[in-house]
Amino acid sequence: MLDNLQLFVDAPFLLIQVLLDGILFGAIFAIAAYGMALVWGVMNVINIVQGEFVMLGGFITFQLTLWGIHPLFGIPVAAAVLFVIGIGLYYGVIRRVVDKDMFISLLATFGLSILLQQLMNQIWGGDVRTAQSGLGTWFLFDYTVTIGQIKVVACAGALILGLILILFLKKSRLGQAIRATAQNPRAARVLGINTDKVFAATYGINAALCGAAGALVVMAYSVHPYIGLPYTVRSFMIVIVAGLGNLPGVILAGLGLGAAENFAAFILGAQFQVAFVFCLLVVILVVRNTLLRHKRKYLK
Amino acid sequence: MIRKLKQLSLATAALGLVLAGTADAKVEGDTVYLGSAISLTGKYSTNGEHTQRGYDLAVKLINEAGGITVDGQSYMLDIIYYDDESTPARGAQLAERLINQDGVEYMLGPYSSGLTKAIAPVTEQYGVPMVEANGASLSLFTEGYQYLFAVLSTTEQYLASAVALAAEIAVAEGRDPSTLTLAAAFENDPFSQDIRTGVLADAEALGIKVVIDDQLPPELNDMAATLAKVKALKPDILVVSGHAKGATLAIRQMEEMRVDVPMLALTHCDSADIIGNFAGAAEYTLCASQWAPSLSYSDDLFGSAADFAATFEAEYGYAPPYQAAESAAAVMVFADAFERAGTFDKAAVRDALSATVMETFYGNIEFDETGKNIAKPMVLYQVQDGEYVVVAPTAWAASEVRWPTPPWAERLE
Repeated sequence: MLDNLQLFVDAPFLLIQVLLDGILFGAIFAIAAYGMALVWGVMNVINIVQGEFVMLGGFITFQLTLWGIHPLFGIPVAAAVLFVIGIGLYYGVIRRVVDKDMFISLLATFGLSILLQQLMNQIWGGDVRTAQSGLGTWFLFDYTVTIGQIKVVACAGALILGLILILFLKKSRLGQAIRATAQNPRAARVLGINTDKVFAATYGINAALCGAAGALVVMAYSVHPYIGLPYTVRSFMIVIVAGLGNLPGVILAGLGLGAAENFAAFILGAQFQVAFVFCLLVVILVVRNTLLRHKRKYLK
Repeated sequence: MIRKLKQLSLATAALGLVLAGTADAKVEGDTVYLGSAISLTGKYSTNGEHTQRGYDLAVKLINEAGGITVDGQSYMLDIIYYDDESTPARGAQLAERLINQDGVEYMLGPYSSGLTKAIAPVTEQYGVPMVEANGASLSLFTEGYQYLFAVLSTTEQYLASAVALAAEIAVAEGRDPSTLTLAAAFENDPFSQDIRTGVLADAEALGIKVVIDDQLPPELNDMAATLAKVKALKPDILVVSGHAKGATLAIRQMEEMRVDVPMLALTHCDSADIIGNFAGAAEYTLCASQWAPSLSYSDDLFGSAADFAATFEAEYGYAPPYQAAESAAAVMVFADAFERAGTFDKAAVRDALSATVMETFYGNIEFDETGKNIAKPMVLYQVQDGEYVVVAPTAWAASEVRWPTPPWAERLE
């Protein structure tokens, strides 16, 4: 561990490399986390199938490359296809559990995740798939720091999508309806908002975000029917850290966690990368709880 | 209540009788039945299919050549399959079913170490010999199983040849192998960790210094942190094993981050299809493999390794991965043992198996007392001009290893 810290002193460019890799890695998680924050905040559903949506988006992009289409087109195509799938799943399954106990919706989305895993396995087989974006690498400081261009696309995409989403929620009619429903579904209904449609749109938007993230994952990393779960868990964590209903917080938490875990992997070894993130989560929750309690005492 | 219980126990007894009645299907007429639980659906379905096709092809060829001759009479082979859905619990259940209900007395292995680990205790309990071709984990052979035989090389040997090759090159260059440095990145799962143990032991024996020893969490889809370290420490050898995902990430991210290492050795190159996916970036990569069609092994049934590849491709329309080759070899081992045992008695067949000495298209086969094949080395391919070419062990090598890997700056021009 000390050797690894020493490396930072010997080769300071590594600091930049590790930081950049982490931030760019976190960006993709942030996109999936927007969706989770929406669905959780608006519908009070913790969507376990999040990671499978991401993988599905990746496989759709992979399929496009098989048809000779450039994978970058996979970003809008996967988003569109996933939007439709998301709406379909809402009317087929989620609608029936949305006003029930959270445990029921957990089970329902867990079931969906198993279903999607098996379907992807049937359609595309159990092999690791990847698509070539054809984008190269940028070099800084005489080849010492490298930045994969596809990761920059992913990071820019995360920021742009976040911005669009915030504007959409603030300005558009549907966005306002979504926010109203999130605040109080019953009152929204009384005021004439069709909450059923709002829920469907929310779930569809979530799936579309995941689809776009998946297209980026297949170009920057790899997809496989059974490796969706980490994306679910990571989005869940990001939302917890950012706090519900805090979209700018989601992007910051996504990038920050990405950087933190990459530093942990570098200094402690890759075997501690995931463990470190979870320890960090515990610390953040404890600290936040203490702060809140302090605030409450003050208010009394 | 008591009456109901009585009825129930009667019914159970009756069921037991029926089951016992069917438990005699090991040899029917002139056909010997082998049994196998195999992953036809679920996450191992691709390799499960390769395994099944290897078994089927061997059975087909043996039967076409007149079957096997046991005690002066000839028999045909047939296999009863069940789909284990890639889940160990299901595999163990199906093994029980094959043995108890279908009366199978000889088993062929499933796909993967995990499934083999689940099934081996069952076959052991019933004294049913199992020849497996796709469970490489060394831990299968430390349990003292008497009825388990494996035709493939076990995990600790997977990348040992890469370390040995690096040392060989160093000596040829007039360098002491102990001046070499090695970086290791292995996925944190039992299979890859077995390989890691082998690599670290070999490195230690040769005095090679291990500068990085990262264990990648299985859920991780990124190796950037490890590779940044590799870039800084510049080891002579980088060894990565993490199934197809590990191979894919290693090649993709090394190219992206311009990580220059004189020697890169991987496992699962073919299942990750690194040549198809990454073309030029895959060049110079060394890949551990159980078998290659270009090896100079041969036998009377399939002919040479290349002949096997041709037969397989004619039958199924694609070149055989090593999983298919080793599976075919497992059937040949059984056929040979039946003929030498001269009987279908389980214990006698087991003893014949343990005395196996064979030369096959897949390599030589000879089991040690734990049941693993000690006569066949792992081979090492290198990606050369878009082809996998065998470069080690030097005795079987088709071509010279290309070393060192030039830096990325020169490669991509």
